[in-house]
Amino acid sequence: MTASSPAGVTARASETRRDDAAAARRFPLWLYLPAAVGAAVLALPLVALLVRLDWTQVPAAVASPAALQALTLSLATAAIATGVCIVLGVPLAMVIARSSKGIAAVLRTLTTLPLVLPPLVGGIALLALLGRNGLFGETLGVLGLRIPFTTAAVVIAQTFVALPFLVITVEGSLRTAGTRYETVAAGLGARRFTVFRRITLPLVAPGLIAGTVLCFARALGEFGATALFAGNSAGITRTMPLAIYTAFNGAGVSEDTAIALSLMLVLVAVAVLVLMRSWREDAPR
Amino acid sequence: MTGTNGGELDARVVAEVGDFRLDVEVAVAASEVLAVLGPNGSGKSTLLAAIAGHHPLTAGAVRIGERVLSRTPTIDTGAIDAGAAEVDLAERSVGLLGQHPLLFPHLTALENVAFGPRAQGMAKREARVAASDWLDRVGLTGLERRLPSALSGGQQQRVALARVLAAQPDVLLLDEPFAALDVQTAAAMRRLVAEQRSTLGIPTLLVTHDPLDAIVLADRAAILHTGRIVQQGPTAEVLGHPRTPFAAALAGVNLLTGVAIARDAVRVAGASGPIALRGTGEALRVGTPASVVFSPASVHARAAASADPSQSADNAWFGAVASLEPARGGVRIVTDEHPDLAIDVPSTAAVALDLSTGSRLAFHVAPADVSVRTHS
Repeated sequence: MTASSPAGVTARASETRRDDAAAARRFPLWLYLPAAVGAAVLALPLVALLVRLDWTQVPAAVASPAALQALTLSLATAAIATGVCIVLGVPLAMVIARSSKGIAAVLRTLTTLPLVLPPLVGGIALLALLGRNGLFGETLGVLGLRIPFTTAAVVIAQTFVALPFLVITVEGSLRTAGTRYETVAAGLGARRFTVFRRITLPLVAPGLIAGTVLCFARALGEFGATALFAGNSAGITRTMPLAIYTAFNGAGVSEDTAIALSLMLVLVAVAVLVLMRSWREDAPR
Repeated sequence: MTGTNGGELDARVVAEVGDFRLDVEVAVAASEVLAVLGPNGSGKSTLLAAIAGHHPLTAGAVRIGERVLSRTPTIDTGAIDAGAAEVDLAERSVGLLGQHPLLFPHLTALENVAFGPRAQGMAKREARVAASDWLDRVGLTGLERRLPSALSGGQQQRVALARVLAAQPDVLLLDEPFAALDVQTAAAMRRLVAEQRSTLGIPTLLVTHDPLDAIVLADRAAILHTGRIVQQGPTAEVLGHPRTPFAAALAGVNLLTGVAIARDAVRVAGASGPIALRGTGEALRVGTPASVVFSPASVHARAAASADPSQSADNAWFGAVASLEPARGGVRIVTDEHPDLAIDVPSTAAVALDLSTGSRLAFHVAPADVSVRTHS
């Protein structure tokens, strides 16, 4: 740790900014073209969504009992799934961060897998595990527990797809924080849990918050695994993404309802990202 | 940390890092400061890590008074219960202050210092009072609520000192605690540690490569070289009359060996003929091996008279400048004739002498500045 006054930090930050500006002047100008196309690819569909929207329909579509029910279910299940992810993910991240290189690599690969897997495959995998004829499903059936096509299934599907986001973010923070402060704390007489509570957790707090937000956003948008594993029954498993899908394909329902619902989801997502940005000190400019 | 059953630190440490093997034994009495001097790679940090419990012992035992912190089963202690033991970090009661303050970045100065007492079960308010008291003792009153990032490097190291002392360790380990500070801050910090050591009453082990740390703080000094202690004794003795060229280089003095030609004089060989050096110290026996020690700065240099350079009186010799290096407050001269002998002259003298490589100079050192002793 080098000694740095706040003034020094500020000076260094402005120096970096100046360096960045200088670098921007040096790079080839034609790079601006693909960059602009890339930005357009990301932004135009959302712009089209707003343009295409029949704003007079929005209040009715958003305030409809079906939409509110879906939104409530989405927020509730995503919140529970996020809670589960924190309880399971933080310890998992700690184990990975403090494991030897080989074990950490294996665990990290396993953790990342749901991230790159198509969510539909995740849904099938969950059915294979917990479905009526699944690995654990039969035993659970004997006990009178049926998980697929329940609200619990929604939470499980969301947890499955969102957990990697939390684990990877927190693990990165843990590794950046290192173990030096923990060693110092132990040397001052702090027991393991005290070290965890007063040193480790506060040091990874920014990462934990970022991971939680990402995790929540992913759970909120989860569709594929939920559709297969939990189904699409109104009030029980029909979350916002499934409601949008239903509205879009449904007989007699206008596409506008789907678009209005989508808008709601976009707004929630933007709110989540803004929240995360304000929490992150090193937010990109 | 218990902070109650203090006593002498007694460490017999054999530890391995790759191919490197550290094999030393140190004992530090309560209230005593032992400085372990050695360059990078001599095993200083491994020694501290083994005592602190960060590095496993290959063999040996670490004790504070009657309390065993680490012990391997292979060591023959003579005790009946000589089984292996390793006390957990949180229970060792060993305070470590390193080169970097490593203050917890999310806690204020006060909270950092209060951390140890709090972790050991002191009530919050009581711990804060104690912490505030310690911050006062290190001269940081008024900065209690600053975060580490809002403190200067020197202030951070003071907080770190307060933090380690507030935890009431049974042993204090100092690992180059002044190395990362600028000269003036380091001097102030050294003074602070010197003040505290007398009131603590616990053994302190200081490892450093700077002899100044040892001179200011330590009662005894040990020279560590490639994993072994090559010399140990009172600081003045070890630095004042080092026994090996290595220890001499570390202490920043010239060590020459030769043969006694009188009770107080030694003849030292040189490329352009021997030098006779008269000094003070042990009474020598003529004809036996003897050594002389003197500081490079105690040598006076003047331009050599061209006449008769071969004949020289006691404590005087001639040489042609082989190399010139910057030295503290002046220039270090090494001559072709005596490459293992350094001469420091002040900048003003260097300018007056118009020094350059090849200049012929006459050197003289006063007998009062030369220490002689029998070489074993």
